[in-house]
Amino acid sequence: MFDLILLLALLILGYTVGSHLEKRHFRSIVKREGELRDIHTFSTRHLPPGAEGAATLVAGNVVISIDYFKKISAGLRGMIGGRVSAYESLVERARREALLRMKQQARERGAESVFNVKLETSSITKGSGDQVVSVEVLAYGTALIPQRG
Amino acid sequence: MDDIIVTNIEMIPGMRVTSHLGMVQGNTVRTKHAGRDIMAGLKNLVGGELVGYTELLTESRQEATDRMIEQAKAIGANAVLNVRYSTSSVTAGASELFVYGTAVVVEHDHGGVHSAAPEAL
Repeated sequence: MFDLILLLALLILGYTVGSHLEKRHFRSIVKREGELRDIHTFSTRHLPPGAEGAATLVAGNVVISIDYFKKISAGLRGMIGGRVSAYESLVERARREALLRMKQQARERGAESVFNVKLETSSITKGSGDQVVSVEVLAYGTALIPQRG
Repeated sequence: MDDIIVTNIEMIPGMRVTSHLGMVQGNTVRTKHAGRDIMAGLKNLVGGELVGYTELLTESRQEATDRMIEQAKAIGANAVLNVRYSTSSVTAGASELFVYGTAVVVEHDHGGVHSAAPEAL
Protein backbone atom coordinates (compact mmCIF):
# COMPACT_ATOMS: atom_id res chain seq x y z
CA MET A 1 0.00 0.00 0.00
CA PHE A 2 2.79 2.39 0.96
CA ASP A 3 4.60 1.54 -2.24
CA LEU A 4 1.56 2.42 -4.29
CA ILE A 5 1.17 5.78 -2.55
CA LEU A 6 4.85 6.50 -3.09
CA LEU A 7 4.58 5.59 -6.76
CA LEU A 8 1.55 7.84 -7.20
CA ALA A 9 3.24 10.68 -5.37
CA LEU A 10 6.33 10.37 -7.55
CA LEU A 11 4.18 10.25 -10.68
CA ILE A 12 2.29 13.38 -9.68
CA LEU A 13 5.49 15.16 -8.66
CA GLY A 14 7.17 14.16 -11.91
CA TYR A 15 4.21 15.25 -13.99
CA THR A 16 3.53 18.62 -12.40
CA VAL A 17 7.07 19.80 -11.71
CA GLY A 18 8.48 18.10 -14.80
CA SER A 19 6.06 19.65 -17.25
CA HIS A 20 6.40 23.04 -15.58
CA LEU A 21 10.19 22.90 -15.87
CA GLU A 22 9.97 21.71 -19.45
CA LYS A 23 7.65 24.56 -20.45
CA ARG A 24 9.94 27.04 -18.76
CA HIS A 25 12.94 25.57 -20.54
CA PHE A 26 11.20 25.77 -23.92
CA ARG A 27 10.26 29.41 -23.28
CA SER A 28 13.87 30.16 -22.44
CA ILE A 29 15.05 28.32 -25.57
CA VAL A 30 12.70 30.28 -27.82
CA LYS A 31 13.77 33.57 -26.24
CA ARG A 32 17.49 32.86 -26.60
CA GLU A 33 17.02 31.54 -30.14
CA GLY A 34 15.59 34.96 -30.99
CA GLU A 35 18.56 36.71 -29.42
CA LEU A 36 21.11 34.56 -31.24
CA ARG A 37 19.37 34.57 -34.60
CA ASP A 38 22.08 36.73 -36.16
CA ILE A 39 24.69 33.99 -35.66
CA HIS A 40 24.30 31.96 -38.82
CA THR A 41 24.91 28.25 -38.69
CA PHE A 42 25.66 26.06 -41.69
CA SER A 43 26.01 22.34 -41.99
CA THR A 44 28.17 22.64 -45.10
CA ARG A 45 31.79 21.62 -44.96
CA HIS A 46 32.99 24.24 -47.39
CA LEU A 47 33.14 27.93 -46.78
CA PRO A 48 31.61 30.21 -49.39
CA PRO A 49 34.22 31.69 -51.74
CA GLY A 50 35.73 34.83 -50.33
CA ALA A 51 35.03 33.97 -46.72
CA GLU A 52 37.68 35.44 -44.49
CA GLY A 53 38.50 35.48 -40.83
CA ALA A 54 40.05 33.44 -38.09
CA ALA A 55 38.69 29.91 -37.76
CA THR A 56 38.19 28.37 -34.36
CA LEU A 57 36.30 25.43 -32.95
CA VAL A 58 33.23 26.19 -30.83
CA ALA A 59 31.12 23.67 -28.97
CA GLY A 60 28.17 23.41 -26.66
CA ASN A 61 26.83 20.46 -24.74
CA VAL A 62 24.03 19.62 -22.37
CA VAL A 63 22.82 16.58 -20.44
CA ILE A 64 19.07 16.40 -19.87
CA SER A 65 17.15 13.77 -17.99
CA ILE A 66 13.46 12.94 -18.18
CA ASP A 67 11.07 13.07 -15.27
CA TYR A 68 9.57 10.10 -13.48
CA PHE A 69 6.16 10.41 -15.11
CA LYS A 70 7.62 10.36 -18.60
CA LYS A 71 9.83 7.44 -17.72
CA ILE A 72 6.81 5.39 -16.72
CA SER A 73 4.68 6.54 -19.63
CA ALA A 74 7.48 5.76 -22.08
CA GLY A 75 7.78 2.33 -20.48
CA LEU A 76 4.07 1.71 -21.05
CA ARG A 77 4.33 3.02 -24.61
CA GLY A 78 7.10 0.53 -25.15
CA MET A 79 4.61 -2.28 -24.78
CA ILE A 80 2.30 -1.15 -27.57
CA GLY A 81 4.82 0.62 -29.78
CA GLY A 82 4.46 3.88 -31.67
CA ARG A 83 5.66 7.41 -31.12
CA VAL A 84 7.21 8.09 -27.76
CA SER A 85 6.48 11.79 -27.47
CA ALA A 86 7.97 11.86 -23.97
CA TYR A 87 11.41 11.12 -25.42
CA GLU A 88 10.88 13.29 -28.48
CA SER A 89 10.62 16.43 -26.42
CA LEU A 90 13.65 15.33 -24.36
CA VAL A 91 15.99 15.11 -27.34
CA GLU A 92 14.52 18.21 -28.93
CA ARG A 93 15.23 20.24 -25.80
CA ALA A 94 18.73 18.86 -25.57
CA ARG A 95 19.54 19.55 -29.20
CA ARG A 96 18.23 23.08 -29.25
CA GLU A 97 19.97 23.86 -25.97
CA ALA A 98 23.30 22.47 -27.20
CA LEU A 99 23.05 24.53 -30.41
CA LEU A 100 22.28 27.64 -28.38
CA ARG A 101 25.32 27.11 -26.18
CA MET A 102 27.48 26.66 -29.25
CA LYS A 103 26.10 29.89 -30.74
CA GLN A 104 26.62 31.66 -27.44
CA GLN A 105 30.27 30.63 -27.44
CA ALA A 106 30.57 31.80 -31.04
CA ARG A 107 29.14 35.18 -30.06
CA GLU A 108 31.51 35.50 -27.10
CA ARG A 109 34.41 35.06 -29.48
CA GLY A 110 33.02 37.65 -31.87
CA ALA A 111 32.04 35.26 -34.66
CA GLU A 112 29.10 35.80 -36.98
CA SER A 113 28.82 32.38 -38.54
CA VAL A 114 29.49 28.75 -37.69
CA PHE A 115 30.28 26.20 -40.40
CA ASN A 116 30.17 22.42 -40.56
CA VAL A 117 27.93 22.11 -37.52
CA LYS A 118 27.81 18.56 -36.21
CA LEU A 119 25.41 17.24 -33.64
CA GLU A 120 26.23 14.20 -31.62
CA THR A 121 23.78 12.47 -29.34
CA SER A 122 24.78 9.92 -26.79
CA SER A 123 23.04 8.19 -23.97
CA ILE A 124 25.52 8.51 -21.14
CA THR A 125 23.70 6.24 -18.74
CA LYS A 126 23.18 3.38 -21.13
CA GLY A 127 23.46 0.06 -19.38
CA SER A 128 23.12 1.38 -15.84
CA GLY A 129 19.79 -0.33 -15.34
CA ASP A 130 16.78 1.85 -14.74
CA GLN A 131 18.49 4.50 -12.63
CA VAL A 132 18.81 7.66 -14.61
CA VAL A 133 17.50 8.13 -18.13
CA SER A 134 19.37 10.98 -19.71
CA VAL A 135 20.75 12.07 -23.02
CA GLU A 136 23.75 14.18 -23.91
CA VAL A 137 23.90 16.31 -27.02
CA LEU A 138 27.09 17.92 -28.22
CA ALA A 139 27.00 20.54 -30.96
CA TYR A 140 30.23 21.74 -32.48
CA GLY A 141 31.42 23.59 -35.51
CA THR A 142 33.96 26.01 -36.89
CA ALA A 143 33.28 29.63 -36.08
CA LEU A 144 34.58 32.26 -38.42
CA ILE A 145 35.67 35.45 -36.66
CA PRO A 146 35.86 38.44 -38.98
CA GLN A 147 39.16 40.29 -38.68
CA ARG A 148 38.55 43.99 -38.91
CA GLY A 149 41.04 46.76 -39.47
CA MET B 1 51.74 28.45 -27.07
CA ASP B 2 48.03 28.55 -27.61
CA ASP B 3 47.90 29.73 -31.17
CA ILE B 4 47.44 26.29 -32.63
CA ILE B 5 44.37 26.46 -34.87
CA VAL B 6 41.70 23.82 -34.36
CA THR B 7 38.77 23.55 -36.79
CA ASN B 8 36.40 20.90 -38.02
CA ILE B 9 36.53 22.05 -41.64
CA GLU B 10 39.15 21.04 -44.16
CA MET B 11 40.77 24.39 -44.63
CA ILE B 12 41.56 27.61 -42.91
CA PRO B 13 40.60 30.80 -44.70
CA GLY B 14 43.60 32.79 -45.84
CA MET B 15 46.03 29.99 -45.11
CA ARG B 16 47.45 27.14 -47.04
CA VAL B 17 48.56 23.73 -45.93
CA THR B 18 52.23 23.09 -46.56
CA SER B 19 52.48 19.61 -45.11
CA HIS B 20 50.31 16.89 -43.67
CA LEU B 21 51.58 15.23 -40.51
CA GLY B 22 48.92 12.57 -40.12
CA MET B 23 46.22 11.93 -37.59
CA VAL B 24 46.41 13.07 -33.98
CA GLN B 25 44.04 12.01 -31.26
CA GLY B 26 43.22 12.44 -27.62
CA ASN B 27 40.91 10.53 -25.36
CA THR B 28 39.78 10.27 -21.80
CA VAL B 29 37.55 7.87 -19.92
CA ARG B 30 35.64 9.41 -17.08
CA THR B 31 33.17 8.19 -14.57
CA LYS B 32 30.89 10.26 -12.44
CA HIS B 33 31.32 10.19 -8.68
CA ALA B 34 28.73 9.04 -6.20
CA GLY B 35 27.74 12.54 -5.08
CA ARG B 36 26.86 13.55 -8.60
CA ASP B 37 25.05 10.28 -9.09
CA ILE B 38 22.80 10.84 -6.10
CA MET B 39 22.00 14.37 -7.23
CA ALA B 40 21.28 13.08 -10.72
CA GLY B 41 19.01 10.41 -9.24
CA LEU B 42 17.02 13.07 -7.42
CA LYS B 43 16.91 15.33 -10.45
CA ASN B 44 15.64 12.40 -12.45
CA LEU B 45 12.31 12.59 -10.60
CA VAL B 46 11.41 15.95 -12.05
CA GLY B 47 13.55 15.97 -15.18
CA GLY B 48 15.68 18.77 -16.52
CA GLU B 49 19.34 19.49 -17.00
CA LEU B 50 21.86 17.45 -15.04
CA VAL B 51 24.35 20.26 -14.56
CA GLY B 52 26.92 18.00 -12.87
CA TYR B 53 27.04 15.68 -15.85
CA THR B 54 27.14 18.54 -18.34
CA GLU B 55 30.17 20.02 -16.56
CA LEU B 56 31.84 16.64 -16.24
CA LEU B 57 31.55 15.98 -19.96
CA THR B 58 32.68 19.50 -20.87
CA GLU B 59 35.79 19.12 -18.71
CA SER B 60 36.54 15.66 -20.05
CA ARG B 61 36.16 16.76 -23.62
CA GLN B 62 38.46 19.71 -22.99
CA GLU B 63 41.04 17.33 -21.55
CA ALA B 64 40.81 15.04 -24.58
CA THR B 65 41.18 18.08 -26.85
CA ASP B 66 44.21 19.28 -24.88
CA ARG B 67 45.84 15.89 -25.29
CA MET B 68 45.22 16.00 -29.01
CA ILE B 69 46.71 19.49 -29.23
CA GLU B 70 49.73 18.39 -27.21
CA GLN B 71 50.30 15.53 -29.62
CA ALA B 72 49.95 17.85 -32.59
CA LYS B 73 52.51 20.26 -31.12
CA ALA B 74 54.89 17.40 -30.38
CA ILE B 75 55.06 16.52 -34.06
CA GLY B 76 55.48 20.14 -35.09
CA ALA B 77 52.02 21.02 -36.33
CA ASN B 78 50.52 24.46 -36.03
CA ALA B 79 46.94 23.49 -36.88
CA VAL B 80 44.56 20.56 -36.54
CA LEU B 81 41.91 20.26 -39.23
CA ASN B 82 38.79 18.16 -39.66
CA VAL B 83 38.37 17.53 -35.95
CA ARG B 84 35.70 15.03 -34.92
CA TYR B 85 34.31 14.23 -31.50
CA SER B 86 33.02 10.85 -30.53
CA THR B 87 31.45 9.62 -27.31
CA SER B 88 31.01 6.02 -26.28
CA SER B 89 29.94 4.39 -23.08
CA VAL B 90 32.48 1.84 -21.97
CA THR B 91 30.54 0.42 -19.05
CA ALA B 92 27.59 1.62 -17.04
CA GLY B 93 28.36 5.09 -15.83
CA ALA B 94 31.70 5.54 -17.59
CA SER B 95 32.05 7.38 -20.87
CA GLU B 96 34.94 7.65 -23.24
CA LEU B 97 35.39 10.98 -24.94
CA PHE B 98 37.49 10.71 -28.04
CA VAL B 99 38.65 13.45 -30.34
CA TYR B 100 40.73 13.16 -33.48
CA GLY B 101 41.86 15.28 -36.36
CA THR B 102 44.53 15.82 -38.96
CA ALA B 103 47.68 17.64 -37.89
CA VAL B 104 49.04 19.99 -40.51
CA VAL B 105 51.47 22.82 -40.97
CA VAL B 106 49.85 25.91 -42.41
CA GLU B 107 51.23 29.21 -43.54
CA HIS B 108 49.67 32.53 -44.44
CA ASP B 109 48.55 32.83 -47.98
CA HIS B 110 47.12 36.07 -49.21
CA GLY B 111 45.66 34.58 -52.35
CA GLY B 112 42.31 33.72 -50.73
CA VAL B 113 40.71 30.50 -49.60
CA HIS B 114 42.49 27.25 -50.31
CA SER B 115 41.39 23.75 -49.68
CA ALA B 116 43.52 21.70 -47.34
CA ALA B 117 43.20 18.77 -49.69
CA PRO B 118 46.28 18.08 -51.78
CA GLU B 119 46.21 19.12 -55.43
CA ALA B 120 45.78 15.53 -56.59
CA LEU B 121 42.37 15.22 -54.99
